Amino acid sequence: MSERVVVAMSGGVDSSVAAALLVEAGCEVIGVTLRLAGDASRCCSLDDAEDARRVAERLGIRFYVADYAAAFRREVMEPWADAYLAGRTPIPCVACNQRFKFRHLLERARALGAGVVATGHYARVERDATSGALRLRRGADAAKDQSYFLFDLGPEQLARIRFPVGALRKDEVRARARALGLATAEKPESQEICFVPGGDHAAVVEALRPGAAPGAGDVVDESGRVVGRHGGIHRLTVGQRRGLGIALGERVFVKSIDAAANRVTVAPAASLGARGARLSAVSWVAGRPPDGALRARVRVRHRHAGAEATVEPAAGGGARIAFDEAVTAVTPGQAAVFYDGDDVLGGGWIDEALA
Amino acid sequence: MRIYLDHNATTPVRDEVAAAVARALRDVPGNPSSAHAEGAAARAELERARERVASLVGASAAEIVFTSGATEANNLALHGVVRAAASATPHVVTSAAEHPSVEEPLAALEATGVRVTRVAVGADGRVDPDAVARAIGPDTALVSILWANNETGVIQPMREIAAVAAARGVPLHVDATQALGKVAVRLEEVPAQLLSASAHKLNGPKGIGCLVVRGGTALAPWLRGGAQERGRRGGTPNVAGAVGFGVACALADRELAARAARMAALRDRLWTGIEAKVPRVRRNGAAQHLLPNTACIEFVGAAGDVLLEALDLEGVAVSAGAACASGSVHPSRTLLAMGRTPEQARASLRFSLGLGNDEAQVDRVLALLPDLVARVRGSAAP
Repeated sequence: MSERVVVAMSGGVDSSVAAALLVEAGCEVIGVTLRLAGDASRCCSLDDAEDARRVAERLGIRFYVADYAAAFRREVMEPWADAYLAGRTPIPCVACNQRFKFRHLLERARALGAGVVATGHYARVERDATSGALRLRRGADAAKDQSYFLFDLGPEQLARIRFPVGALRKDEVRARARALGLATAEKPESQEICFVPGGDHAAVVEALRPGAAPGAGDVVDESGRVVGRHGGIHRLTVGQRRGLGIALGERVFVKSIDAAANRVTVAPAASLGARGARLSAVSWVAGRPPDGALRARVRVRHRHAGAEATVEPAAGGGARIAFDEAVTAVTPGQAAVFYDGDDVLGGGWIDEALA
Repeated sequence: MRIYLDHNATTPVRDEVAAAVARALRDVPGNPSSAHAEGAAARAELERARERVASLVGASAAEIVFTSGATEANNLALHGVVRAAASATPHVVTSAAEHPSVEEPLAALEATGVRVTRVAVGADGRVDPDAVARAIGPDTALVSILWANNETGVIQPMREIAAVAAARGVPLHVDATQALGKVAVRLEEVPAQLLSASAHKLNGPKGIGCLVVRGGTALAPWLRGGAQERGRRGGTPNVAGAVGFGVACALADRELAARAARMAALRDRLWTGIEAKVPRVRRNGAAQHLLPNTACIEFVGAAGDVLLEALDLEGVAVSAGAACASGSVHPSRTLLAMGRTPEQARASLRFSLGLGNDEAQVDRVLALLPDLVARVRGSAAP
């Protein structure tokens, strides 16, 4: 019997090729499209499910559409909206991957008699030759690397996950898709959050939590002087410059958001830097925290190149980061992910930027 | 070898039917409306098929209106009667556990001002004829009831419902799509004015069905564009499909009792085996009033859609108590109407047997199910 693998097929080119590579490797591949958000959403629309189905037909694999819309709303979208309403700038894709997508996929795979789940993420899982431990590594294509979104995966999950395209570059993936005649070969990629089409996150927050959005409030400078008004804290993100409607003679950015006071503090770029961060819910790829402080390159958002820092595990599953040099836009609600070269060591959620 | 236990969705075409359809496609090129010899030959084929369908239900050939299937037949019945109704504010009585091809046209008619009363069904899925009687009012233009439910297999007390409608002088429409070919569907026993059926549920081809319209029933056409089917359904008839439907009906007429006995034996073997081997199961629907081929079973705490996939991967085709084509899971209206919770509806699977199933297949399913159910129960439902 060949190994039975469940592949999460989004209808995009990456997961299409992931499925194809597993078929070539002799696996019994089962394609599953997770129907997550409503039909208006981009990433999991019925069109995408149909694209995935066409690819599955082409590959000759079994394919199912699995409806997780109610759970997705409850477990990803609503917590995301609540985070905005609490003055944070949430990154739903990490929570979606670990707490939602992989958890449900692994459960469904087990129920279907498949030991392994695969996705089209650009990341690599490798077993260390000496220690035998599983390593989570950046995708081979540095420009497409998605390891930032996967830091929360622990060793038990990693042992049952495959990233078949993680060792390829995007152009190689497209070439494979073309060579296989897959309908998704030239499909553009989705960049935005799947349930925020057009990027208007405030409207989605308001739709998810009707009546809960706070009203207008003060915008203050670092001295506390009122310099303007904002239209609701859930409309703003830390580091934002455009759309503030404030003319102070110098360019100012959102430095912090105080949800309790419904107040937003702006500051010039020079004042935005943080020397550190306090993290909670820290996860370690090795499955447990290191014995003491460690040196790492820390990325504080997906597109961040990373900054050298010392990471010190703290009691209660937290950690404290001290950057060697100040880092801008260290934003509560985003993830900080620790790297040693291409290896993901772990990461956590930013609770507070430290001056 | 696949084991197909989804005959309420559709059935494999019998060899005799396929041969007749192929022959008609090849040898009967004419349009039955044409005056020439080719037209006459096609018309003769169509009328022979009409007689065969009529014979199965106890109607006359002239009362058979061929349609594209039961969905069209139901739409024709509902729209046709309401449009022909004398009342300016017609009223329709139906049940809360109808097929979407009745429920959705009625909902659309409701939006245009038609009043609809949906009589509740009991926990066993049965409609109370007295409740139908109470729902009928002076403006009631139609009573429309599903003879046998596609999901649960529950058979309604059709004689009693027909008697109630007749006593009040209200025409009765029955959707007999699932009943035809599985149990006796005879209009002298259940004197409905309108009856919908579909060939592919009784080993005929897809794309052909009929509405039986008893003489004297006021019915406005729904598809206009020709005088075919005695002015009740425009469009060139599907001659080959009708021929196949006719052969399927003739076979059912001949084999009905034997089929029903065989299906009931297999279905009971399946249910008894599941009850013995799988903990925490329960059957949906009135056990004494079920189609002989259907078992709708709740596997308490299991996700029905996942169990369906697990069975599919092992070669067994069944249907979930909640599903739709897009993969979005909506709990079955029928099961909700019977008082089941959405979770219970989602935990239900429908096994529907048919020709080609045998004891060895049932036993194979019984051998697979305990482990699969345990595995699916072991993982939380989304």
